[in-house]
Amino acid sequence: MPGAPQIQVQGGAPAMVEIRGLSTVFTTPERRIVVHENLDLTVERGEVLALVGGSGTGKTVLLRQILGLEKPSKGEIKVLGEPVSALGRKGAASRIGMLFQHGALFSAFSVLENIAFPLRELKTLSPTLIREAAMVKLQMVGLKPEVADRMPADLSGGMIKRVALARALIMDPPLLLLDEPTAGLDPDSSDGFVTLLRSLHRDLELSVIMVTHDLDTLFELSTRIAVLADKKVIIAASPKEVIAHSHPFILDFFLGPRGQRAMELLREYPFVI
Amino acid sequence: MDQSTPRIEQQSTPQGKSTLVLGQWTAAQFAQPRLLETLETDLRSAPPSGRWDLTKADLVDHVGGQLLWDSWGGKWPEPVELLPAQRAVIERVAQFTAQPPARRKISLRGRYLAVGEAVLRAVEHVQSFVRLIGELTLNIGRLARAPHEGPWRDLSGHLYRIGATAMPITALVGFLIGVVLAYLTSQQLRQFGADAYIVNILGVALIRELGPMLAAILIAGRSGSAITAQIGVMRVTEELDAMRVMGISRGYRLVMPRAMALAVAMPLISVWTTVCALAGGMLAADISLGITPTYFMNALPQAVSPGNLVLASSKSVVFGVLIALIGCHFGLRVQPNTQSLGEGTTASVVTSITVVILVDALFAVLFKEVGL
Repeated sequence: MPGAPQIQVQGGAPAMVEIRGLSTVFTTPERRIVVHENLDLTVERGEVLALVGGSGTGKTVLLRQILGLEKPSKGEIKVLGEPVSALGRKGAASRIGMLFQHGALFSAFSVLENIAFPLRELKTLSPTLIREAAMVKLQMVGLKPEVADRMPADLSGGMIKRVALARALIMDPPLLLLDEPTAGLDPDSSDGFVTLLRSLHRDLELSVIMVTHDLDTLFELSTRIAVLADKKVIIAASPKEVIAHSHPFILDFFLGPRGQRAMELLREYPFVI
Repeated sequence: MDQSTPRIEQQSTPQGKSTLVLGQWTAAQFAQPRLLETLETDLRSAPPSGRWDLTKADLVDHVGGQLLWDSWGGKWPEPVELLPAQRAVIERVAQFTAQPPARRKISLRGRYLAVGEAVLRAVEHVQSFVRLIGELTLNIGRLARAPHEGPWRDLSGHLYRIGATAMPITALVGFLIGVVLAYLTSQQLRQFGADAYIVNILGVALIRELGPMLAAILIAGRSGSAITAQIGVMRVTEELDAMRVMGISRGYRLVMPRAMALAVAMPLISVWTTVCALAGGMLAADISLGITPTYFMNALPQAVSPGNLVLASSKSVVFGVLIALIGCHFGLRVQPNTQSLGEGTTASVVTSITVVILVDALFAVLFKEVGL
C-alpha cells in the first residue's frame, strides 16, 4: 500500500527516538556556536523523558530536530526506527504530536476547527466523523463541549494549552513532545495540566519527551531525566539517580537555593498557611 | 491488500455469524483514498445484531473507535469481544461523543440588527478617525512647545523607509506611464497636426493630476499597509499596552512621526514621480512625433503655470497625512489575532486609495480656477 504511513506494532519494536553522534553548530559571521557535540540519547516506549539544562544548552533545538524542523550538522536521529529525513510530511500528525510553548493555535479557526485540522487535511473522512472525533478529544483534555465554537483569542492560557494538546493528540500519535508544558500557567492550572498529562500518558500509552524548568512538573511527570550540559547528555536516568550525580549544573539546579526553597516550602506548606 | 489495511470480514462460528474487525483502524490508514467509502458500505451491510470480534485487529485508535461506535448506532453490540485497551478507547469515545454546539441561525431580525450594527460601526470609524486628527493636532502643538523632546530619530527613520526606499519603484511606474500617455496622445494629435500641444497635455496632466495621484496610490499600497501591519503586530504582541503602561503616548510616538514623515516625503515623491513621468513622455514624444527634448524643455514653462506646482505639492501633503492616519487608524483597531491583522491591512490599503481619489476629486472641483 504505497503512501500510507506504516505504524510499528508493539513487540520487539525499535526505540521511540534514537539519537546517535548528534552535533549542532550555528555559524554566524562573527563566531561559531557549538550547541551539541557527539550527543547520544535513546527514548524508549512508554517513558516520560524530561530534558533539562541551563539556558542555551539546546533543549528546544533538540526537540525541533526530532520533529524535523531543523537539520543537525552531523549525526543521526531516528524516530520510530526511521531517519527523520526519510519520514514524509504526509501523516506526520499520526507519528508525533507537538505541544508548542504558546500553543500555536491557528487564530483564524475556532477551537473545534483547530483540533480537527489534521483530520480534515486527510480529505477522506466525513465531516460528521471529524467533528465527533474532535469533540471526543476536546473532552478528553478536560474541556467542556461549549468551548468548541470559541476562538483562540477568547481562551485563557490553560485552555489554550489544553486545546493545543487535543490538537496534538487528534491522530493518536505514539510520541508526544512538550515544550515547557506548564510555563505561564498559574499553580492550579499547572497542577491540573500535569494530572491530565499523567492520565493521558497512562491511558494512551504515550511516550513523552518534554522540556521543562518547573521542578514540580519534572518530578510529578518524568520517569527519566536527561541532563544537557557541556554540549551533551551528561546523564539520563531516574530522578533519584540524577540528583545523586555530582555535576555543577545538577547541584545548582536541583539542590541549589531554588531547589532547596521548593523542598522547604513543600515541607512547611501546612504551617505557612 | 496489505495486512494493516482496516477491513471487516464475516465469519461463521459455532455461536453463529460473527463480524471480524481486522487491520489497523487508525486515522493514518483512513487517509488512503476510497478506503473509507468501502469500509462504510461494509459496515452498513454487517448484521447489526451479530457477534463482533475486535481481538484480531492490530490497532484501534479514537478515530477508528468513533467509526465503529457510529456504525453500531451509538450503543454496544451484543455480544462483542475486544481487548482491554480497545475497550478503553471505545469507552472513552462512547463517553465523550457529543454534538458540537449548533450554529445559530440568522433570523430576519438578526439581519435587521446587523444593518444597524454596520451603521454604528461606520459611525464609530469616523468618530475615532476624527479623534485621531484631533490628537495629531494637539501632539503637533506639544511638539512645537518642546521641539527638543520630539521623536526625531523615528521621523528620520520613517522618512528613509517611506520616502527614499520608494524612489526606484515610483520612478519606474512614473516613467512607463509617461511613455504610454505620450504615445497614445501622439497618435491622436498627429491627425490634427497639433503635434506641439503634446507638451501642454503631458505637462498639465502629469504635473497637476497624474504625478501626485500615482505617487499617492503607490505609497498607499506600499507604506499604508506597512504602517497598519507594524502597529497591528504591536497590538498582537502587546507592545501597545506596554507603551501605555510606561505612560508613553502612542499618538505622540507612533502616529505623529509617521504622519509628519509622510507629509514631508509625499510631495517629494510626487515631484520625483512627475519628473520621471515627464522624462518618459519626452522620450516617447521624441520618438513618435519628433519633438526634441530641447523644445519640450523650453515649451514646458509656458504650458504649465506655477500655480499647478503649488496645487500639486499641497495636494500631496494632504494625501500623505491621510495615508498615514488611515494606516494608523486601522492598525490601532487590530484585534490580537492574525485574521484581524489581515483584514485591517486590506481595509487600510483599500480605504486610503479610495480616500486619495475622493480627495483628489474634491481638490479638482475646489481649485478649478488655479493654474489653468
